[in-house]
Amino acid sequence: MGILADIQRHVFVVFITYKLPTTSRRNVCKDCYRDRRIVSQKMENKKEPGKLSISRRQFMRGAGALALAGAAGLAGLNQKSKIVLAEDDLKMESADHQWVLVFDLRYCDGCKQCTVACQEEHYLPKEAEWIKVYEMEGPLGQKYFLPKPCQQCANAPCVRVCPVVATYKTKDGVTLVDQQKCIGCRMCMAACPYDSRYFNWNDYPPVPSTLAKPTPEFPVPGVKGTVGKCEFCLHFMRFGKLPACVTACTMRAVFAGDLISDIFANPDESKKISTFLKENEAYRLKEELNTGPRVYYIAGHGERYTY
Amino acid sequence: MIDEIREAAIRPIAKPGKWWGVLFAFLGLFVLAALATYVYQLKNGLGVTALKDGVFYGFYMTDLVTFIGISYGGAVVSAILRLTNAAWRAPITRLAEGMAVVSLILGAAFAIVDMGKLPHLWWVLVTPNPQSPVIWDIVAISTYVVATLIFFFLPLIPDSAILLNGSAHKFSSWRKKLYSMVSLKWKGVPAQRKTLARMMSLMAVLIIPLAISVHSVLAWVFAVTSREGWHSSIFGPYFVVGALFSGVAAVILVVSAFRKAYHLEKFIGQKQFRYMGLLMLVLGATYLYFTFAEFLTEGYVQYVNTVPFLRSLLAADYAPIFWPFVIFGLIIPILLVAIPKTRNVKGVTIAAALVVAGMWVKRFLIIVPPLRHGLFGITNPSYMGNWVEWVITLGAVAAIPFFLMLMFRLFPVLPIYEMQEIAEEQSQLQSKAGDAPSLKTE
Repeated sequence: MGILADIQRHVFVVFITYKLPTTSRRNVCKDCYRDRRIVSQKMENKKEPGKLSISRRQFMRGAGALALAGAAGLAGLNQKSKIVLAEDDLKMESADHQWVLVFDLRYCDGCKQCTVACQEEHYLPKEAEWIKVYEMEGPLGQKYFLPKPCQQCANAPCVRVCPVVATYKTKDGVTLVDQQKCIGCRMCMAACPYDSRYFNWNDYPPVPSTLAKPTPEFPVPGVKGTVGKCEFCLHFMRFGKLPACVTACTMRAVFAGDLISDIFANPDESKKISTFLKENEAYRLKEELNTGPRVYYIAGHGERYTY
Repeated sequence: MIDEIREAAIRPIAKPGKWWGVLFAFLGLFVLAALATYVYQLKNGLGVTALKDGVFYGFYMTDLVTFIGISYGGAVVSAILRLTNAAWRAPITRLAEGMAVVSLILGAAFAIVDMGKLPHLWWVLVTPNPQSPVIWDIVAISTYVVATLIFFFLPLIPDSAILLNGSAHKFSSWRKKLYSMVSLKWKGVPAQRKTLARMMSLMAVLIIPLAISVHSVLAWVFAVTSREGWHSSIFGPYFVVGALFSGVAAVILVVSAFRKAYHLEKFIGQKQFRYMGLLMLVLGATYLYFTFAEFLTEGYVQYVNTVPFLRSLLAADYAPIFWPFVIFGLIIPILLVAIPKTRNVKGVTIAAALVVAGMWVKRFLIIVPPLRHGLFGITNPSYMGNWVEWVITLGAVAAIPFFLMLMFRLFPVLPIYEMQEIAEEQSQLQSKAGDAPSLKTE
């Protein structure tokens, strides 16, 4: 059952990705559209990224179909019937959450507590900074810090380029890597516009024997020769706990939240996400790439940081 | 004439000369060292290389593009020159096609060498993602490997029959078995000759779009990302022209070496070198133009992420590699062919050697600098490979002559049947017109 179900699941994923656009799909795939709807309604009148005359998603779907025609019989399956099945499959599971992270850079002093906590939580080697703190410079030479986890793009370039569908999007909007499938070609690292992916070059550092078997949600210990990345601490988030980086931030500059219930929180407080992002002019990284990141930033340079 | 061709083509199979064994063993050492190093890497993971999270593609990717690019020489000589009826190509087709087969398989092998988790490779068959450029690559390269093998195999059918029946040499029984298997009961009756000719023309037409697709999708692996220096619409044609350029150069190099070693001067002369040299010149000039066009538009606009990468390439870290490539890899080879005085066997061979080496460097410069100057203003540690990558790369370079020497112990180094056909055609023409150009070189 195990392997067969696995194969079936991934076949579905393959065919979902290049199903031709229909109106019904909007209602089906909550993953891709829900947060856009919320954001565009609640955050000023920001233009919805998917509203180009031909979206990249559509374009890629066309290109994918073309590639399939070229590789005729590659999958050797009846496309049409699979799509219907795939829709049914999706309808059964509805997304109750769409996870986001919010970084209030007005409080960030670049101490890298988040990086350390993340590495401890995942037993990562020193080079793998799943949340990496960059030192940036503004146009007037003002320094600020930019903590950068995986942006969990709604329209993720890494998912598109993975040859074996080892990297995929979950219903709650997080991109995961199935390290039991990843062939280690590193194409996703090339495609990621945020340099958020890390390769397990060597043996994974030792982990306590009490840990459960690694899953895509908590890939610890990682498989040597495959790619790992920030997974929004789904093993915490799905059980009502805050991610390691959020808990570790002594400046309380990091929040984790859910777009559906419109709440986000750090260990001290919780707020309404939409109002906060709107009032504080939240922005996302590389908006021009149309990736639809799930990580929001409030501009700043640690000015509110006090002990 | 026909007897001479047969003698020259079959001699290396029976008596390859006293230096053959020495050179074969010498090259074999490099190949063995590379294989041993790969086993070591397989055991310990890609971490034994100099690759890091910053520069995560390096020598192996460079080798992959270079070796597959070199194999384009086979497609040019056997397909394009066949379709244009260039009779002078005949003596070098076997060498060009053999080189194409060997370098293509080596290039495809580098995709395996570069892979982090080989045991998971079977997922490519189970859940292939047709949106992925890696899958496009796998489909295109494997199709091209099959087509190249067929193209190599077709002219071997009559040649094996000639070896089996028309040769004075006494071959051992396993060779006889091999030749009778490959010859597919070839008798040389008109129906067979017609079928073979049609198959060859069909393959010649088919292999051109196939070849173009292979290097286009290789280029798109880089171009479909959003990285500055990679994300460029020119990359498909840029890679195809680069592959043709280095492929023609590699053919010249291989032909020059085997001409000398196997004493084929009588059949391969100034003419082949001059014409192949001119082909190389045209492709080299096109490549120079593409390089210029690529950097002009990038440098003129100066996007914030392009500037550090362009500066390091043209004026800083990588400038001591880039400008020698432009001078020794493009301009000097072009001049060597363009100036009539140096347009001879020696000059063209030197130019070809410079081009083959230079194009490896160019691929390195395409792949590594955009990764070194990463995103968010980060400069990653510099990358020049370590001993693992050097040994495997050098081993693969040695593997080309190694496997070619082995190949021409099994099959004739000249396409006997094809040369006979052209010689017959020309003697007919000669008897008609009196002074048609002969196959013989001046």
